[in-house]
Amino acid sequence: MKRAGIALLVTVAFAALLAPYLAPNPPERRFQNLLYAPPTRIYVRQAGFRPPYIYEWRVVNRLERSFRESRVRPVPLRWFTDGRLVTAEPDNGAPLLLLGADAYGRDVFARVVYGSRLSLALAAIAAILALIVGAAIGAVAGYAGGRLDDLLSRVSEFVLVLPSMYVALALRAVMPLVLPASTVFILLALIFALFGWPTVARGVRAIIASERQREYTLAARAAGAGPVRVLRQLLPAARGYLTVQGSLLIPAFILAEATMSYVGLGFPNSTPTWGTMLQDAANVTLIVDAPWILAPAAGIFAVVLAVNLIVQGTGRGLVQLGK
Amino acid sequence: MTAFLIRRLLFAIVLVVFAASAALLLTRLAPGDLTSQLGPGATQAEIAATRARFALDRGPLAQWVSWAGRAATFDLGESFLYNRPVAPLVRSAALNTAALAIVALITATVLGLACGMVTGSRHDAFSALIRSASFISISIPPLLASLLLAFVAARTGWLPVGGMSSVNAGEMSWLTWLSDVAWHLPLPVLALALPLAATFERLQSQALAEAFQQPFVLAAVARGVPRTGLILRHAWRVSLRAICGVYGIAIGALLSGSFVVEYITAWPGLGRLMYEALRARDIYLVAGCAAMGSFFLAIGTLAGDLLLAVVDPRVREADAA
Repeated sequence: MKRAGIALLVTVAFAALLAPYLAPNPPERRFQNLLYAPPTRIYVRQAGFRPPYIYEWRVVNRLERSFRESRVRPVPLRWFTDGRLVTAEPDNGAPLLLLGADAYGRDVFARVVYGSRLSLALAAIAAILALIVGAAIGAVAGYAGGRLDDLLSRVSEFVLVLPSMYVALALRAVMPLVLPASTVFILLALIFALFGWPTVARGVRAIIASERQREYTLAARAAGAGPVRVLRQLLPAARGYLTVQGSLLIPAFILAEATMSYVGLGFPNSTPTWGTMLQDAANVTLIVDAPWILAPAAGIFAVVLAVNLIVQGTGRGLVQLGK
Repeated sequence: MTAFLIRRLLFAIVLVVFAASAALLLTRLAPGDLTSQLGPGATQAEIAATRARFALDRGPLAQWVSWAGRAATFDLGESFLYNRPVAPLVRSAALNTAALAIVALITATVLGLACGMVTGSRHDAFSALIRSASFISISIPPLLASLLLAFVAARTGWLPVGGMSSVNAGEMSWLTWLSDVAWHLPLPVLALALPLAATFERLQSQALAEAFQQPFVLAAVARGVPRTGLILRHAWRVSLRAICGVYGIAIGALLSGSFVVEYITAWPGLGRLMYEALRARDIYLVAGCAAMGSFFLAIGTLAGDLLLAVVDPRVREADAA
């Protein structure tokens, strides 16, 4: 279970890392004659086996978005050319569209792999921020005890109670609605971290508070170590907890990005992320005609499933849904 | 118990006041205001008049004070977007959200409990099937679930894809209207309930398995209580505690999850209303929605705690002490 989860997560991470190599077409490229074109079929048989080839999609009816294959010319797939794993002949109107095309005739597969970069990077950075802030506050609360501990614990409980999605929405909505992608990235990372830290802080506080009673803390103090030095000795005890929390936060943040972008409060539509891509799926008739635009949902599902498999293996709680 | 209730009530009031005030001030301090909704053709005089009507010409603090004074008498001001008082708008949206959340919670509880009892007490192919179904649906959060269900509904035509009632709802008698709403319910309810039911199933399954280790169950076995009776009468009451313990969190998750479900399935609830209000900078509507939402939250967590106290006597004693 755990191993399958890690394998899945590593696969997704590698796909994101190798996006320019894996994508058969650039993610911004628009194929004007292939709006909502279905996935390209790959053939290997023609009077016996031969190297994989495809046929070009030809528009039958632009309004009904129907296409047929033009069987006159088989287009062979080209491997390891132009720094891409595999591609067809995008310049001759026969691109390889593994997951079809979107409203602008852009390659959905290419956008899913490129989109995973931003979605994953945002989630990872927000998770790291939440872990740092949470660990720092939790450590101070657990070590100091007394009034300061009470205050910090109350604050983190209060933030935990708030329905994070709404507050995140409100915080994002009061900013100017149209912002460049880099500003959105920083803004969303900060907002997500704001909701991630309290769970981390609570766990770390409990761990530090119990470690403080141990002999080695006493020994460190007796040796004349100040609070900062002692905390540096204590914090490694929370390492396992932080790993688990971090891996739980990542799918939660990926979902949060998807939700924000879906409702138009995340990244601008031209930037491929899993959320902005799902925005196309807002029109139900389009999903019926072109189900492949739901592809980013599969990416999100893969990450959530992977993390669930991993934490299931370690016997910890499952991803808190919706939060 | 009384002291506990009073403490929670105070917390609820503080939460509602804080959330509504924060929403009001945030919207006020945000760049741009609702006059941008007037369009580019609006004259200076119109803009000034609208600003005066919504007290935007006064300082944020003065606006908050006058709003808070009226809000104390449940006058939540007016909505610019709907050109109506905020209170009835928020009330009807809140009822819709509450209906959705309550049906989803009941569905999730019944489904989760039933499946959890199976997977917690048997080890056969059927239980393995439920286990894997639950594991998959726990990984399909409401955002994905509602998109997938909308896709299935649109493809098969089994269920209406969105909205709460049909277009001609106004002409229906109340009975047909009710069945019409019931027809629109399953999609958003399932989208919300399935991941939650899966969480409940996992908890119930673990708790039941643990309950079987307890001495009193062994005693019941020794008395000759049959296996079904053992689960139904003894073990599951103890195991309920696990689910009741997360009810408070579940209600928060339902509220958060309901936003995206309402948005995708066009359910006219609080989440949608708040989203529209936020985008239009409809200041009093934002504050009204925040007040109502936080009120729900306070009620929900309180209900969760009370439920825990009912099920588990140990919690009651801890509070009495």
